[in-house]
Amino acid sequence: MTQTNERSPGEEYETLYSRLQQIVEQLETGDLPLALALALYEEGVATAEACQRLLDHAALRVRTLMDGGDQSLAMTETDE
Amino acid sequence: MQLLTVSQLNMYLRDLLDADDLLRDVWVEGEISSFSRHFSGHCYFTLKEGEAQIGAVMWKSVAARLAALPANGEAVLAHGRVAFYEVRGQVQLYVDTLRPAGIGLLQAQFERLKERLAAEGLFDPSRKRPLPLLPHRIGIVTSPTGAALQDVLNILRRRYPLAEIVFAPCRVQGAGAAETIINALYALYETNVDVIIVARGGGGAEDLWTFNDEQVARAVFASPVPVVSGVGHETDTTLIDFVADVRAPTPSAAAELVSPDIVALTDDIAHMRNRLEAAMTQRLANARETIDRLKLRLSLRSPESRIRRDRQHIDELLRRATSTLERRLILARTRLDGARGRLEALSPLATLARGYAIVQSPTGTLITEAAQVAPDDRIEIIVRRGRFHAHVE
Repeated sequence: MTQTNERSPGEEYETLYSRLQQIVEQLETGDLPLALALALYEEGVATAEACQRLLDHAALRVRTLMDGGDQSLAMTETDE
Repeated sequence: MQLLTVSQLNMYLRDLLDADDLLRDVWVEGEISSFSRHFSGHCYFTLKEGEAQIGAVMWKSVAARLAALPANGEAVLAHGRVAFYEVRGQVQLYVDTLRPAGIGLLQAQFERLKERLAAEGLFDPSRKRPLPLLPHRIGIVTSPTGAALQDVLNILRRRYPLAEIVFAPCRVQGAGAAETIINALYALYETNVDVIIVARGGGGAEDLWTFNDEQVARAVFASPVPVVSGVGHETDTTLIDFVADVRAPTPSAAAELVSPDIVALTDDIAHMRNRLEAAMTQRLANARETIDRLKLRLSLRSPESRIRRDRQHIDELLRRATSTLERRLILARTRLDGARGRLEALSPLATLARGYAIVQSPTGTLITEAAQVAPDDRIEIIVRRGRFHAHVE
């Protein structure tokens, strides 16, 4: 059966977003060593930018399953 | 009297019926009996009411538009034209629309089915699953030609273009539509979609009938992921609305329900960035404060400050020593002056100043009595300024 293993933009976004959340919380609560705090901050900024880029450049992707009771279910890609 | 052939009679009867306005456009209420579907797809049945009956024909194209084929005993409203079938010399109703009569048997069947499925727990609120916050893949079951698909895609494109859409086309009305919906659903179950939208634009109650199909409802019930129904308009309710995890009033509303809003997402990212900046600023301020505190502690302990302190101490001591010494000097000087005054008062020199002289021998013996000298002795006389020698006579 057709399963895509590559990560979807949504999955990528979610991963980045939860990392961003984690970084912000760590920075807000933890009394981190400054070097670590700086590294986290830089990672956080980059992560936020990556999230924003994903949102800005996302284009809806539509796959169509073959019609009817065809059990082979070939996939067709449509660029919407 | 005229002699007619059978063909001539039938043609006459045909023309007679064809000419009648009422018979060209008539609604007939009755009960279905002797229903049969020919392998060609055309359907033949009898409409009965008490003892009365009329033969009816429903072409394949008409039958295909029905949600379900009628069963014997069903009360229906049939629309069509009455015409004479010359081959068999029969008057027939050529049906182009068939509806359940009144609230109808179908409606009653629907209510019974609904009760049965409710009793089975298909509508149980406790099994309704929440929709994923960020669906990565969204499955859509609808007609490829209907407006519902475009409505859903437009909303998703605008609100959440990060999503991947897996579209499973089906037919949403007519005979066999239920089967295509079930197939589309199961095809989606084999993919990795996170949520499924079952959509269909509005239509008459009979147009939505497919979504009241028991097997369609069971297929929705079997979904491994949450299903949102967006069938018909606000007021239409079909069986799958009860089975679905979430019911949306329209296909567009269904699309909005499954998708987060990109504007909200963008705001959220901006908010996170602000928190990030604030946290970092705070952390830096803390670091600066710590450094300042340490610098202070360090400077308090530095040898320089110790030296400065000691130097200050030494200066203080020195100042105290100097002033003590100065006081003692002044005192000594005063005493000295006093002594000198007294000394001067007693000094022979003071006597000399008043015009007296001191007489002494060359050896320095002070001569205070005449008996101490004899004539020709040399003596020394000291006066106020200077001294000189003399001879005693």
